[in-house]
Amino acid sequence: MSEQTNLLTRQQIAARAAQDMQDGWLVNLGIGMPTMIPAFIPSNRDVMFHSENGLIGMGPPPAEGEADQDLISAGKELVTMVSGGAYVHHTDSFAIARGGRLDCAVLGAFQVAVNGDLCNWRLPNQTSGSVGGAMDIAAGSKRVFVMMTHTARDGAAKIVAARTYPLTAMKVVTKIFTDMAVISVTPDGFVLNEVAPGLTADVVQAATDAPLNMDAVGTIDVAA
Amino acid sequence: MLNKKSETLEGAVGRVKDGATILIGGFADPGTPEILIDGLRDLGRRDLTIVINNPGMHNSGVARLIEDGCVSKLICSFQWPKESLVFLERYDAGQIALEIVPQGTLAERMRTAGSGLGGFLTPTAVGTVLAEGKEAMTVNGTEYVLERPLRGDFALIKAYKVDPRGNLIYRKTARNFNPIMAMASDFTIVEVQEDVAINELDPEVIVTPGVFVDCYYVTGWYEIGKPRSAGNA
Repeated sequence: MSEQTNLLTRQQIAARAAQDMQDGWLVNLGIGMPTMIPAFIPSNRDVMFHSENGLIGMGPPPAEGEADQDLISAGKELVTMVSGGAYVHHTDSFAIARGGRLDCAVLGAFQVAVNGDLCNWRLPNQTSGSVGGAMDIAAGSKRVFVMMTHTARDGAAKIVAARTYPLTAMKVVTKIFTDMAVISVTPDGFVLNEVAPGLTADVVQAATDAPLNMDAVGTIDVAA
Repeated sequence: MLNKKSETLEGAVGRVKDGATILIGGFADPGTPEILIDGLRDLGRRDLTIVINNPGMHNSGVARLIEDGCVSKLICSFQWPKESLVFLERYDAGQIALEIVPQGTLAERMRTAGSGLGGFLTPTAVGTVLAEGKEAMTVNGTEYVLERPLRGDFALIKAYKVDPRGNLIYRKTARNFNPIMAMASDFTIVEVQEDVAINELDPEVIVTPGVFVDCYYVTGWYEIGKPRSAGNA
């Protein structure tokens, strides 16, 4: 088990990632932790959420008694639609993804490599695996951000020099939000932008299986 | 006017023969034609190839077809790892073949089939195991994979309202794959909540024109799937 006591909570990672969602963006959120982001979008920003099962303008879970069995997210959660939303069928939904209309996709990952390779759909040695819309969305979105724990449960690094897991999409990830840090993926390698309060850059480097540029490291604002 | 309405479930699904390829609509529970699937199960057909985004969760829908041994091959993007238990059991025993297709590619392969096209080039899956064995092509500097059309002998879909011509509208995220599958099969069978008189559907909002529909069966409203709980997420 990790001995770190200064790791961010899932809510804190979501809050930090939400700060990078820009006004006017259409954003797709992967199943799991990324779905916590909408609650933390600053109120002065107009960010719309796309769910690949045919929903543009996904809203929060329904209030008690207002659930509709025909209105769910790609993660099968009951959701609502915001004002100005639209329903589309599957080829339109994926035209939005591959056609470059998603400003950002925030996805979970098993591994991110220094060249931006994303691995998030299948474990090594697994013969089945559930790809869903991950490959289409990762290949087509203007930006792919990853939100995940910095290391695997066994402590293994997930931010690596070269991937060893089955590939989802090549050279697509540009930013990583973890419970330890915010890291940019650049043509010159990983750049450590911010660390969690109470952690040092060296601690983050030790949990990362590739060199981090540590020239200008700030601290994640968890008060936001 | 051609009568597309079937008064009985058996009349709607009875044409399906052993060995057929069947497109089945739905994304998770919404838009899944549960009643048609039950009717298909009762026929006891064998050696079916089922195309569906995610095969039967828990004990519903396609899971029951698989359980009964009706399915020899499944083409899908996603089997919920914790819930497609019947599928996983048969798959691990080598009793069912699996073709995993990225979700957007799955949809587009059917749209392509329905549109009379011979395939398309997609950036999805380039460099991955799901592109192995497929032709690659570079157009204007971007790498693509050639994907081929996917057509069904039958489509089983679900809609919200139908008129006597077979024009359809859908409800919310229950639309999903249904309009695409309607286009992509030789014989499209619709499970529909309600039938309305001609002219009651506004031609401006019809999603699937009746030309893509061969037969419909009216079911009324029913509660879909099984009760969801947080543990199903």
